[in-house]
Amino acid sequence: MFKEGILQMLGVGIYESLYMTLISTFVAYVIGLPVGLILVCTDKEGIRPIVWLNKLLGFIVNVLRSVPFLILMITVIPVTRAIMGTTIGSKATIVPLVIGAAPFIARMVESSLKEVDKGVIEAAESMGASPFQIMFKVLLPEAKPSLLVGSAISVTTILAYSAMAGAIGGGGLGAIAMNYGYYRYQEDIMFITVILLVIIVQILQEVGMRIAKISDKRL
Amino acid sequence: MEMKEKNVMIELREMSKSFSTKNGMVHALDKINLKIEKGEIFGIIGMSGAGKSTLVRCINLLERPTEGDVFFDGVNLTALPPAELRKARQSMGMIFQQFNLLMQRTALENVCFPLEIAGVKKEEARKRAEELLEIVGLADRKHSYPSQLSGGQKQRVAIARALTTNPKVLLCDEATSALDPNTTRSILELLKDINKRLGITVVVITHEMSVIEEICQRVAIIDSSKIAELGTVEKIFTTPKSAIGKQLVYSESRPQTNFDDSNTRYCRIVFDGETSFEPVLANMILECQGVVNIMYANTRNIDGQAYGQMVVQLPPDEKMAKKMLAYLEAKHVNFEEVDYV
Repeated sequence: MFKEGILQMLGVGIYESLYMTLISTFVAYVIGLPVGLILVCTDKEGIRPIVWLNKLLGFIVNVLRSVPFLILMITVIPVTRAIMGTTIGSKATIVPLVIGAAPFIARMVESSLKEVDKGVIEAAESMGASPFQIMFKVLLPEAKPSLLVGSAISVTTILAYSAMAGAIGGGGLGAIAMNYGYYRYQEDIMFITVILLVIIVQILQEVGMRIAKISDKRL
Repeated sequence: MEMKEKNVMIELREMSKSFSTKNGMVHALDKINLKIEKGEIFGIIGMSGAGKSTLVRCINLLERPTEGDVFFDGVNLTALPPAELRKARQSMGMIFQQFNLLMQRTALENVCFPLEIAGVKKEEARKRAEELLEIVGLADRKHSYPSQLSGGQKQRVAIARALTTNPKVLLCDEATSALDPNTTRSILELLKDINKRLGITVVVITHEMSVIEEICQRVAIIDSSKIAELGTVEKIFTTPKSAIGKQLVYSESRPQTNFDDSNTRYCRIVFDGETSFEPVLANMILECQGVVNIMYANTRNIDGQAYGQMVVQLPPDEKMAKKMLAYLEAKHVNFEEVDYV
């Protein structure tokens, strides 16, 4: 149906999209998970209230969250160049993806951890658990299913962001859809990339939800 | 140095707790003085909002008192630095109305949890946890998750968990309030058994007089941030002095229907171990040549002794009523005129 070259290009597109998404998600979690944890613990109702730190982190997260991703990508170009040495291609896209996704993930993590029953935390305190023990033995394990659901949502959001990066020279399926559909009016190829994106989102979402469900002992 | 009182396990001294809310300061507890003795089962009862839950949380400093001191086995907890306070908490177990088990851990893992916190080796913790599940009668459910257990079973796991670190005290915050009557009874039995077998001091917080009657030796009644009345359960059951005490003791014997005549007088008679062998009421009727209407009667088991209580409607004839009350007085029966209208 299509030329060999196009199939190969789509294959590379899928690979690049997944590569950007998964690496960015991982790095964004490395940043977002501790931030979310700190946001919950330092809250004035939290296990170790530190109001100024909570306010500061909350403010930074909100600022980054309120910048539209497309604008954020352009704003952080100097940062991208400094870290990656280039501003185009899928590797370069990882930087804005991480900056855009980490605050989002921090909020997702925060809301998951807040679901943990206050009574259980109180019980741990009554046993003499330290704040760190509560974090690692109560909050994170008890919120695990919800955190996994959150990560399924995050990874699909980041995939959508990565597609947007195609507009400013990022790689992946987004770039293909942009280049063929928008610049060359080859709508068939654009549709195919869209369908591929939908399939990838479905798979990631489904897998994430399944894992979350299996890991949840409350059912 | 404080003189360490040998028999006192928990002492609250001039302890107050206030919260600042949007509507100004709320004084949850006001200058509470209380001594709980080693090895006893001590009850704290009050209506909801009276401050009893805050009181129990002040004992292990989950809530820090605004003023006053909390002594635990001679140590002033309010003066301890955080790390030492956490250490002290390991000698105080606590169970809750909503059980508060870790939902993502099995029963056995839940019971291991306090030992993990205390830094006990895994093997050892497991062994100890299995012993405790045996004590609470749940050895066969050790690999079940809380969601697979009934309310009573969850509370048993919570009790086992609270006991793993060999605490000196077990604090029970409305531990049976979410359970049905039969399960409540079995949990109370278990608490009694633990108190006897392991010699652990038990503090029971509840709003139900029946719970207090079932297992406590002494009780403090909390009302509007203060201790309204304190004494042996027997004493408070037979002759409650405070208004709140009367309300708590009488509420169960309150007639379900209100009769629409404000002239009717009611009298609550309590029979203790001795008087219950004598047909007091029958003798009174014969002696006074008048009849009374029995509105309510039951027997209760208070700390292992049988008590009976009865609410009678006195005859409308005032002379006759007076005569009857005089008769009861002469026979040294515990009675009190009660007003249900």
